[in-house]
Amino acid sequence: MSAATEAPPPLAPTAPETRPPRKRGRLTPYWLLLPGILWLVVFFALPLVYQASTSVQTGSLEQGYKVTWHFATYWDALSEYWPQFVRSVLYAASATILCLLLGYPLAYLIAFRAGRWRNLIMILVIAPFFTSFLIRTLAWKTILADGGPVVGALNTLHVLDVTNWLGWTAGDRVLATPLAVVCGLTYNFLPFMILPLYTSLERIDGRLHEAAGDLYARPWTTFRKVTFPLSMPGVVSGTLLTFIPAAGDYVNADLLGSTDTRMVGNVIQSQFLRILDYPTAAALSFILMAAILAMVTVYIRRSGTEDLV
Amino acid sequence: MNTTTDNSGDVRLTQIGKRYGAFTAVHPLDLTVPQGSFFALLGASGCGKTTTLRMIAGLEEPSQGTVHLGDQDVTHLPPYKRPVNTVFQSYALFPHLDIFENVAFGLRRRGIKSVKKQVEEMLDLVQLGEQARKKPHQLSGGQQQRVAVARALINHPKVLLLDEPLGALDLKLRRQMQLELKRIQTEVGITFVHVTHDQEEAMTMADTVAVMNAGRVEQLGSPADLYENPRTTFVANFLGTSNFIEADVDFKSGDEIVLNAGGGKLFLPTARCSAQAAAGGKVLVGVRPEKIALAHADDAGEIPEGRNRITGRIADSSFIGVSTQYVIDSPVCSGFEVYAQNVDRDPRLTPGAEVVLHWNPAHTFGLDATQAIDAGVESVEEDAA
Repeated sequence: MSAATEAPPPLAPTAPETRPPRKRGRLTPYWLLLPGILWLVVFFALPLVYQASTSVQTGSLEQGYKVTWHFATYWDALSEYWPQFVRSVLYAASATILCLLLGYPLAYLIAFRAGRWRNLIMILVIAPFFTSFLIRTLAWKTILADGGPVVGALNTLHVLDVTNWLGWTAGDRVLATPLAVVCGLTYNFLPFMILPLYTSLERIDGRLHEAAGDLYARPWTTFRKVTFPLSMPGVVSGTLLTFIPAAGDYVNADLLGSTDTRMVGNVIQSQFLRILDYPTAAALSFILMAAILAMVTVYIRRSGTEDLV
Repeated sequence: MNTTTDNSGDVRLTQIGKRYGAFTAVHPLDLTVPQGSFFALLGASGCGKTTTLRMIAGLEEPSQGTVHLGDQDVTHLPPYKRPVNTVFQSYALFPHLDIFENVAFGLRRRGIKSVKKQVEEMLDLVQLGEQARKKPHQLSGGQQQRVAVARALINHPKVLLLDEPLGALDLKLRRQMQLELKRIQTEVGITFVHVTHDQEEAMTMADTVAVMNAGRVEQLGSPADLYENPRTTFVANFLGTSNFIEADVDFKSGDEIVLNAGGGKLFLPTARCSAQAAAGGKVLVGVRPEKIALAHADDAGEIPEGRNRITGRIADSSFIGVSTQYVIDSPVCSGFEVYAQNVDRDPRLTPGAEVVLHWNPAHTFGLDATQAIDAGVESVEEDAA
């Protein structure tokens, strides 16, 4: 504040000096971007290019692999492992639908009805993340164990008869069946569904519900015509955050499934780590990536969320 | 549909009240809004006016009492079963639907298939025919407001409820929309219940105004009646400005009460005194600033007989074109406000001048002296700010 008492410096000579800092200021955003860009180049772009080149290599582990532009690997991988691809999409889609059915009512409850319990329920939703993904999945092994209380109850209620008929379970078992894998996927990815749903539901102005009611909409109609359309951004991001990782998952199929429930993630994992057939593994990864990208693009176009501002 | 015998648009509130825990938002009140009238609930924020409106709409469950529309008891009907529609304070337009679909919403919910003609007519009524395919966020505040009105009116409700519908608009647009709403109301003949904190808005638009304060209706009447004959200091101060003198009752003579204030005599018509005025008691004498004439002390002799008069000194004067507003300090009341039309300005009336204030006793009103003189003053200043 002593500066205020000093005589003001002459204006003219300082004027040119104020220019260079402003130029540097214009570059500041790019400097701030640099760490992130470097990170992405080193850990995302370069590995992607490396994988792409691996996928078109031929050779063997002993003699080493060389880039021979052997695109046939893609075709071979697809024709051999298409059942696992189909299974991945089916399991991931089932888990996504289950997550939506379970998550939407919960997100709705937290957003509109929880009142002072809101924060507590939110913590409970996130709480599973405090334990390791593996431990939680292993816990499901115990829950769904043969002859355990869950399987016993399902048997008594004749639920297993239905799921056996649908082909989701086999005999008196739940473990090592598609149902167990889908249960594991649903459980593990449920928070990724609930959080975006909650965010978009919570943003809806409560007065819109009142306005709909005032305009002769019954509660269910209000939900169908106002609440649900306005929560579409949450539905879309929630389903994407669930479907994409679930389609590439291998841990649930590995721990809760059997050889009959292998997903494409399991194939890639074994090709990379056990069979050491790197070109096939890389090609499978790219096919999975392309398939997911294509499906997501169609899905976003269809749901028309760009309209929801 | 606006026949004189039809009373299906009457709103009748009987002993209706709302409590939130220990807090009473609305004390039990009775209110009847006749079919086809433009009724305003006026009061400062938190006075219970919006709660009352929401109880009519069915958005709030009353803690006691009943709501009747015509002869139908709707107290326990959910909003979607009531033949009333609301224009919400922030409009509450559906952001994912275009203007056409927003307006068609109520019709579609009632299973009406061919809505096109009705919606187009309604949009023309509010002059938004061109904007039908735009989304609400692409419209200006005034346009959104008209959509909100159209969306409610298209359902031909028995009663239209308006919750501070002009609050978000700027002054000029608000004036314009006031006239527009009044025109629409006259055209469609539907009962309008309008909630506002703007006394000028209530007085311009409504046939009947209920002034609410702290969960109670202070006074109900036509705008002119409320202004000329306020029965509480709250109403007197909330609607316009009032001057008050605390006076002792000397005696009653026929239809006049004679009062003593600071040694002078004041006359008050008995009919205009809402307080119990017994000889020896106290009364608050009120008079509106524009009713008072100002004479320089030297001209005191020219004032006609039979007028109420008090003496004072000009403390402040401000010239505002049409009129000049004086603040006058008098032994009986400091800060007496006088609005004088600028017809023949007396150059001697400057701050410091000794003056005599005089007015027709018929313009005097008397109130109970036990209430706070400045009740309702603050809220007026808030609005002005």
